[in-house]
Amino acid sequence: MSKQYETVIGLEVHVELATKTKIFCGCSTAFGGAPNTHTCPVCTGMPGSLPVLNKQVLEYAVAVGLATNCTITQNCKFDRKNYFYPDNPTAYQISQLYFPVCRNGYVEVPSGDGTKKIRIHEIHMEEDAGKLVHDEWDDCTLVDFNRKGVPLIEIVSEPDMRNADEVIAYLEKLRMTIQYLGASDCKLQEGSMRADVNLSVREAGSTAFGTRTEMKNLNSFKAIARAIERERKRQIELLEEGRKVIQETRRWDDNKEYSYAMRSKEDAQDYRYFPEPDLVPIRISDEYIAAIRARQPELRDAKMARYISQYQLPEYDAEILTGTKKLADLFEATVKLGSAPKEVSNWLMGDTMKLLKEAEKEPEDISFSPENLSKLIGLIADGKINRPTAKAVFEKVFAQDIDPEKYVEEQGLGMVNDTDALKKTIREIVDANPQSVADYKAGKTKAMGFLVGQTMKAMKGKADPGMVNRILTEILNE
Amino acid sequence: MDLMSLTALELGRKIKAKEVSVLEAARAALDAVKSREETLHAFVTVDEEGALAQAEQIQKKIDAGELSGPLAGVPVAVKDVMCTEGLRTTCSSKMLENFVPVYTAEAVINLQKAGAVVIGKTNMDEFAMGSTTETSAFGATKNPYDAGRVPGGSSGGSAAAVAGREVPYALGSDTGDSIRQPSAYCGVTGLKPTYGTVSRYGLIAYASSLDQIGPMTRDVSDCAAVLEAIASYDPKDSTSVKREDYDFTSALTDDAAGTRIGIPRDYMGEGLDPEVKAAIYAAAKELERKGAVVEEFDLGLVKYAIPAYYVIACAEASSNLARFDGVKYGYRAEEFEGLHDMYKKTRSQGFGPEVKRRIMLGSFVLSSGYYDAYYVKALKVKALIKRAFDEAFKRYDCILGPVAPATAPELGKSLRDPLKMYLSDIYTISVNLAGLPGISLPCGMDKAGLPIGMQLIGDAFQEKKIIRTAYAYECSRGAFPAPKMI
Repeated sequence: MSKQYETVIGLEVHVELATKTKIFCGCSTAFGGAPNTHTCPVCTGMPGSLPVLNKQVLEYAVAVGLATNCTITQNCKFDRKNYFYPDNPTAYQISQLYFPVCRNGYVEVPSGDGTKKIRIHEIHMEEDAGKLVHDEWDDCTLVDFNRKGVPLIEIVSEPDMRNADEVIAYLEKLRMTIQYLGASDCKLQEGSMRADVNLSVREAGSTAFGTRTEMKNLNSFKAIARAIERERKRQIELLEEGRKVIQETRRWDDNKEYSYAMRSKEDAQDYRYFPEPDLVPIRISDEYIAAIRARQPELRDAKMARYISQYQLPEYDAEILTGTKKLADLFEATVKLGSAPKEVSNWLMGDTMKLLKEAEKEPEDISFSPENLSKLIGLIADGKINRPTAKAVFEKVFAQDIDPEKYVEEQGLGMVNDTDALKKTIREIVDANPQSVADYKAGKTKAMGFLVGQTMKAMKGKADPGMVNRILTEILNE
Repeated sequence: MDLMSLTALELGRKIKAKEVSVLEAARAALDAVKSREETLHAFVTVDEEGALAQAEQIQKKIDAGELSGPLAGVPVAVKDVMCTEGLRTTCSSKMLENFVPVYTAEAVINLQKAGAVVIGKTNMDEFAMGSTTETSAFGATKNPYDAGRVPGGSSGGSAAAVAGREVPYALGSDTGDSIRQPSAYCGVTGLKPTYGTVSRYGLIAYASSLDQIGPMTRDVSDCAAVLEAIASYDPKDSTSVKREDYDFTSALTDDAAGTRIGIPRDYMGEGLDPEVKAAIYAAAKELERKGAVVEEFDLGLVKYAIPAYYVIACAEASSNLARFDGVKYGYRAEEFEGLHDMYKKTRSQGFGPEVKRRIMLGSFVLSSGYYDAYYVKALKVKALIKRAFDEAFKRYDCILGPVAPATAPELGKSLRDPLKMYLSDIYTISVNLAGLPGISLPCGMDKAGLPIGMQLIGDAFQEKKIIRTAYAYECSRGAFPAPKMI
């Protein structure tokens, strides 16, 4: 490669909003119902049916816009995007072209040693399409309209990103922000967050943009990073060979780590956008915006800073805990119940993460309650169980959300606090292991560990190792 | 006694007084339909079984005291553009020849709540596109006053059914002239309400921003009573308006004193048939005699209304009718290769020429590069027309003018020259663009014995003013003569 190239990337991110009902009718948005069971005349495009905007969609869109420093379009409108496809029963998608709900925002993402502003061109509201299912048996295609009308926002960035790291940082930032707002769970694998990557390359120092391609079907951050690297190379190779990049949409195949052209600009359809006459323009008042702003929850950056200052957590802990809303919520709820912050943090970052990893699960999948974690921590603090026992009990809490107090009681896992009984056991152990006692007295501290271990074994683990240590030392030094 | 010669309110009173049973009224309508359909062909579907079953139900409710409204038990015909659950709804198109809706249009539900018995679905121009009912895929409807002439359109079936005494009243829909013009051609009274007054939920859309459902009746009193029954605020229709007042019948007072009436000079000039012109001026004189203050004025912008209308209406239609693609319901071509061929063949075979013409026109004006020059400009014209009316209504309570340039044309003469047909909408189309109410009622006959219609246009939400003025005129005019075929 003789020349230096710069990669220019912009993203179009679709996010499925977490409303209970669809954007233009009262049907459920629940995932996984039997085909065409979450449908009505509106979302199946029956003649004469009319859309009515779900106000929660607007509220989420405005909340995301405010959290990403956008200007809210106070006179916003819906438009129709016309195209024929069987997953689209009205043959138009209700979307926003001329007056999208949010414009001119930005987010700050970590880049290199500092931070970088990624500008947001616009955020618009639209409806999702249905799903085509190919029936191999009958060799025909069937349509499931359950997903048709599920609300989406599309977040369109400016071409401000220069490498995969910035792209991932931007997506993480969006995901975190939107999760914190409760507007979506933003799961790439399940498609509730989808990113299309627009990428071009240009000679370093050039200010003009190169010809871009749009990459679709990117289902994980890893796939996005791989696709960016591969597409960057492909475009540079073309240019080096004296050929041109063709403006086209490409589909990424993550198994083959290869993309192929879906359609070129020449095949691009004319969507014949025009204002949706079945919906009235939306007038968004200053009061409405102020009310949503007032309801905005604490977002990630603020929360992280607060964890460090208020709970004296190390930055590392604060970063991990605030990395998903689920962990942060769990952390705060447990602390609120009176548990020590650092102790809660340790359980979440240590055992919880380890068990999640073993089960190949995400923090969102955590099913235990803050109450039971708090009780467990309480049992340790009160000296009722020791750490090894606590770890075993926590596995039960993690798996089945059991009440640790009851469990410890029922299973008889509580520590023996009867000093006389403990002394008696220790004496027996000492008497039975004269060699170890001799070793200890000869200065071999290892022998001490052995004796403690024997005592714990005899006590079936239900003794406080500290207390065992203390009594053992007393007896040995008698 | 021919029950179907009674007005809806007259028949309603007889049913209430138990002089006539609901079943007798329904049978009378079905008999009238049987004897006159061969001549008129006003219906696409007659629902004899359903009508008789409804009649029995409604009689029970009346007897139990659950239904006591003025329309309880009275038969009605519904334009075949409104969805009726379980009863096929075709829009007079091959595309929907066998389409049976899964739900009923809100306006029809409102009528059913008022105790109406739906006799059947009336013929229309295909997807309400046309002014003669000749673009119907199921054959033309004939004018009861002269079976060699068209009934007008697109609600020609509803107009002919009411004028031909098959039913006392019917529902129509009006996008450019489709209630008022056939009402004028068939000597009936039709009202297009202010946009947003009657729910469009279940009305199969032609041009969403212009469509309104309205009554087509024998006289002004029926018109007010039916409007009262069908108008409602409907949360299912985002363009539905919550009005302060749904009482229209209280405007039925024979009083024109002090009513300020403007006649647009632009409506009375070139192109207007002299007999129609004379009838409008005579009606104006009559209202003046009753104390109205009548003067002529320049409305302006009239010549821009038709191009603006056809750009907006066709643009919306091109999108609204895209859902008829052979995938989910309605017609699908029998032979095709692949998805796109299925779309093309289905739509080529399923739609008639006038519908295709408007879809093509609409697709063109929305195309990239033309959108601003046509669609955006048409929206600007629409806004200017609304402003011109706003100015006029500062000075007048009602605007009086003709409905159509001439009386009903002969069958087979209009479709050859679509542009000429489009131009015949000139007096009615601005009313839709401005979203205003307009009423059409008969004001005389021409030498050929064909009805002439006059139009009263009101400011937005001022239906009462045009109903009152129309009623005052009607009180002087007297009952309008029935067609000779009756």
